[in-house]
Amino acid sequence: MAEFFQFLMSGLTVGAVYALVALGFTLIYNASDVVNFAQGEFVMLGGMVTVFVAAAGVPLPLAALIAVTVAVAVGLLLYWLAIEPARGAPAVTLIIITIGASILLRGAAQMLFDKQFHKLPSFSGDAPINLFGAAVQPQSFWVLGGAAVIVLLLYVFLERTVLGKAVLATAANRLAARLVGINTTTVMALAFGGSAAIGAVAGILITPITLTSYDVGTLLALKGFAAAMLGGMGNPLGAVAGGLLLGLLEAFGAGYLSSTYKDAFAFIVILVVLFAMPQGLFGRRVVERV
Amino acid sequence: MPAWLGHRSLTLIVLAAIVVLLPLGFPSSYYFRVASLVWVSAFAAVGLNILMGQAGQVSLGHAGFFGIGAYAVAIGPAHVGLPSWGALLIGAVISAALAWLVGRPILRLKGHYLAIATLGLGVLVALVITTESRWTGGPDGMSVAKLSLLGWRATGSSTWYWITGGVLVAGTWIALNLGETPTGRAFRALHDSEVAARVAGVDVARFKLQAFVIAAVYASLAGSMLAMMNGFVNPDQAGFLHSVELVTMVVLGGLGSVVGSIVGAAMLITLPQVLTVFQEYEHLLLGLIIIVSMIFMRDGIVPTVSRWLAGRVRT
Repeated sequence: MAEFFQFLMSGLTVGAVYALVALGFTLIYNASDVVNFAQGEFVMLGGMVTVFVAAAGVPLPLAALIAVTVAVAVGLLLYWLAIEPARGAPAVTLIIITIGASILLRGAAQMLFDKQFHKLPSFSGDAPINLFGAAVQPQSFWVLGGAAVIVLLLYVFLERTVLGKAVLATAANRLAARLVGINTTTVMALAFGGSAAIGAVAGILITPITLTSYDVGTLLALKGFAAAMLGGMGNPLGAVAGGLLLGLLEAFGAGYLSSTYKDAFAFIVILVVLFAMPQGLFGRRVVERV
Repeated sequence: MPAWLGHRSLTLIVLAAIVVLLPLGFPSSYYFRVASLVWVSAFAAVGLNILMGQAGQVSLGHAGFFGIGAYAVAIGPAHVGLPSWGALLIGAVISAALAWLVGRPILRLKGHYLAIATLGLGVLVALVITTESRWTGGPDGMSVAKLSLLGWRATGSSTWYWITGGVLVAGTWIALNLGETPTGRAFRALHDSEVAARVAGVDVARFKLQAFVIAAVYASLAGSMLAMMNGFVNPDQAGFLHSVELVTMVVLGGLGSVVGSIVGAAMLITLPQVLTVFQEYEHLLLGLIIIVSMIFMRDGIVPTVSRWLAGRVRT
């Protein structure tokens, strides 16, 4: 049983990070129909900037704040300089632009920082906490708690504020949103900024456990995209569920079946789910108008 | 598109002329090697363009088939005792069979769901290659036997230049002609509107599957050629980043344009070689060039340039 809880906790911890990346994907996708393959680079920026600013002697909380600010700035720049000028381009062109952006950001990080792996100190010590016989790192609770807070904040923002409702309206129908006076350009910029912030926070929270380097973004973007599709693209709750599920699949697959094929279980399950439910687990059936 | 560019035989003659004449300006064997790399990637991109540009279906896992082809010519001679050319054919058959088997359920999916399913397929192939190290040498890769045919051994960069160049011309000829066959017209019909194609009597599922299998075979053959040319394979060739690179070639050059795929491949292969001069700025500049060209030429380089030329001729 102790083993079970061990896998459960590590699965939830990794899953929470996937969920945050998937949430970032969903936010941008809903506002602008862009699948942002540079999403993983926000996570990388969060971790790397914190590491290097903290190394310069800045206290950790302030360094984290600076990292989030940098990521948000990069997200806004990505929108203003690369996505907005290409507005109306075919979906696949926009995807290639975000892939170009992710190559560029990785190149910039490699140049400004270095190619080494970096670690942040755990926020509240390294002494493992015993939970039902499983040894859990305190940082896991930071990751889970952080993810929960972000999901809650996003929910309140979307459901309880006028600006949040403008985001939802833009996601539902961009033209109709513009007709009722919503500035959809602002909403899209907001989505890119918010998504960057979420990614950066995920990067800061997970770095004490998994380390970070200039190229951690690729795999995270892959997993986040997979999680978003698993939950049903465009559904924020689906993204969170998909992320947690993906993390748990990996942890239990690695624990009970084969650790070398850890990454395979997730993708096998995704293929099976998509065969049975082509819209993902929580996706709505879309009726195609001709 | 101006008539002289749209004309198939002229396109083919120009391509063949470029392949034949290019070496005249090559100062060293390094240039032969880079050009061969371009021909191999262009061959894979031309195949992927049949799926993406003509039939309108995305594949984010195409390097998986590339990897199958590459590892077929590595494993065949080393572990099974097959001749290289036999292993190459078997690799193509395996790729076709896999594409056919998995394509049936996958190709029912649309848009981003199709993207993630093909991505998953590619990741799984890469994982198997990385993990089954007893056969594949694992993450370190393995060496590949030289191609030999009736006592003749293919070695040296100029030999491979002619092989890859010849294969590219043949592959381009097939892709260009395919566009004008009933199959090619069916591809375009389902690209424009699946529903309309189905109403017009096109068996949508069958033609999507055909395009997927054809593209898989192109990628597999390209993988085999690259492996034999390098004398070495590693799992990166089957990886996600390579899939992305292939898709970028097709989109950068221009979806649906056969010439575009070759131009896109030439750009993505030669740019990093040129940019190594800038050393650490290499990736930064590569990303920047991709972004800027996609913003200003959103339909891809070749369609945009030919439209521009057509406009100039008219006025």
